[in-house]
Amino acid sequence: MTRCALTVLVLIAGLAGTPAMAAEQLITSLSNHRVRVTSSFIGAELVLFGAIDEERPELIARRGYDIVVTVRGPPMAARTRRKERVLGIWVNTESRLFVNAPAYLAVLSNKPVEQIASADVLRREQVGIDNYLLPQQIGPDIGDVVRDDPFRAAFVRLRSEPGLYREDTAGVTFLSPTLFRASIPLPAEVPIGNYSVDVKLFANGQQVARNNSALEVVKVGFEQFVANAAQRHGIWYGLATAAMALLTGWFASVVFRRD
Amino acid sequence: MQIYLPIADIPVNIFLVLAMGLAVGFISGMFGIGGGFLMTPLLIFIGIAPAVAVASVSTHIAASSLSGAISYWRRRAIDVPLAVMLLAGGILGTAGGVWLFTLLRSLDQLDLMIGLSYVTLLTAVGGLMIAESVRAIIRSHQGKPVDLRRPGSHAWFHGLPFKVRFKRSRIYVSAIPVWTIGFIIGFVGAIMGIGGGFLLVPMLIYFLRVPTATVIGTSMVLTLVTMASATVMHAATNHLVDALLALILMVGGVIGAQFGARAGQKMSGERLRLLLGVLVLAVGLRFAIQLIVTPDDLYSIRIIETAAP
Repeated sequence: MTRCALTVLVLIAGLAGTPAMAAEQLITSLSNHRVRVTSSFIGAELVLFGAIDEERPELIARRGYDIVVTVRGPPMAARTRRKERVLGIWVNTESRLFVNAPAYLAVLSNKPVEQIASADVLRREQVGIDNYLLPQQIGPDIGDVVRDDPFRAAFVRLRSEPGLYREDTAGVTFLSPTLFRASIPLPAEVPIGNYSVDVKLFANGQQVARNNSALEVVKVGFEQFVANAAQRHGIWYGLATAAMALLTGWFASVVFRRD
Repeated sequence: MQIYLPIADIPVNIFLVLAMGLAVGFISGMFGIGGGFLMTPLLIFIGIAPAVAVASVSTHIAASSLSGAISYWRRRAIDVPLAVMLLAGGILGTAGGVWLFTLLRSLDQLDLMIGLSYVTLLTAVGGLMIAESVRAIIRSHQGKPVDLRRPGSHAWFHGLPFKVRFKRSRIYVSAIPVWTIGFIIGFVGAIMGIGGGFLLVPMLIYFLRVPTATVIGTSMVLTLVTMASATVMHAATNHLVDALLALILMVGGVIGAQFGARAGQKMSGERLRLLLGVLVLAVGLRFAIQLIVTPDDLYSIRIIETAAP
């Protein structure tokens, strides 16, 4: 209790000392809140515009503003497996289960995150893929591991290859000292679900403002119908697919009848 | 033109998949087989998850074997009682195969099992086919008649009980080896995504001495029913059948098969079997290399569940 009160006091003191501390506000707008995956979907690029609202414009020039945008896809559980040579052939042996890892993760910034804030701040705020918590199931417990853990590194690398995890240190562009633009690339393999877009404003190495918005990636039309049917009504979907196969086979035998 | 596959969850070029269907259909029409042993590896090669490839190819083979079976039916080249007897074992084998498929997938060993099955089965069968057809070609060059039935060679399983007479095939055999063969084909087919025609036809000829007149038509009926039930079972348990992928494949497949059948009629049986043996062996060796050579990436990911709405 006393510690809590003390923290509040320190905070108030801090605010009083530097009045510009919490004066900034972030205003953002996403080009599209609903990405539709259709049969011709080959990926998409969303644009996020943002403005830094500063009550006292004379301070802007003195503040070094940096923006980090973290886009996070729906959570998933995934197993990372490692092959080893057993009796001359390559077999999956060891594996790690990642629980609650985002299916998509993009960290966009206007410069390398290490130059934006200190390592402590980055870790606390989970800025950058290296600092993002990827909890693993270790026996009955769940915990994060060191960032150079080979399974974690492999997981990030394998998700990065199709562009599902990415870090772009030039992904945010400042159009003016207070106006910025970020482009969020969504590859063709983008997982469907709810996404969160988290925009953090740093000034001189400290986080000063934060803004959250959401977007949704949905399968629409025929794709959604098929995927839903397969997942929810497996047996009926199977019967319908088998019937389709039989119909095609019968049709072919009628069309190509030679005798 | 790219098209997004709803279950495989990747975009593919529709013309590439159609061309694969045509090519495999051509080969399947030429040899009178389903072609699953070629189609499944090809799909894996273009980046479709092995599990999805195996499940979706079952659907494709169901379609191509029905159109084949209908044309054999018109020629009265199907032994219905024999097909029904094979099916009794076949359905059970398919169920067993789908069960093992699901189990191996949860243990992260499915891809290995698919690879190993392809290596052992395809190199063995391919090797045997090459040896047999080379012998047959040499025999026919020497002017001796080719006889596949080898009368008089009674094996132990011909003495088993439950003897049944199959009129159209003019054979009198125990039901036990018939069930066993059906079971093996259904089981292997569900795991490997193959109809098993290239296995079943030689088995029926050598073990049960089914005459060549009814062997292909009867084997197609078994393939048709086991693959159609494999489709339903894979869809119900693993949710991995991609109907769109299967549809593109079967459209290409049935068209390709028509041209293949015409090309096949111009070749002698021994030469066809030699060619098929080489093809089967090549696919088997391809899988062997994949198992032995150090993979590009030792790590792989399997997504267990997503919070997709």
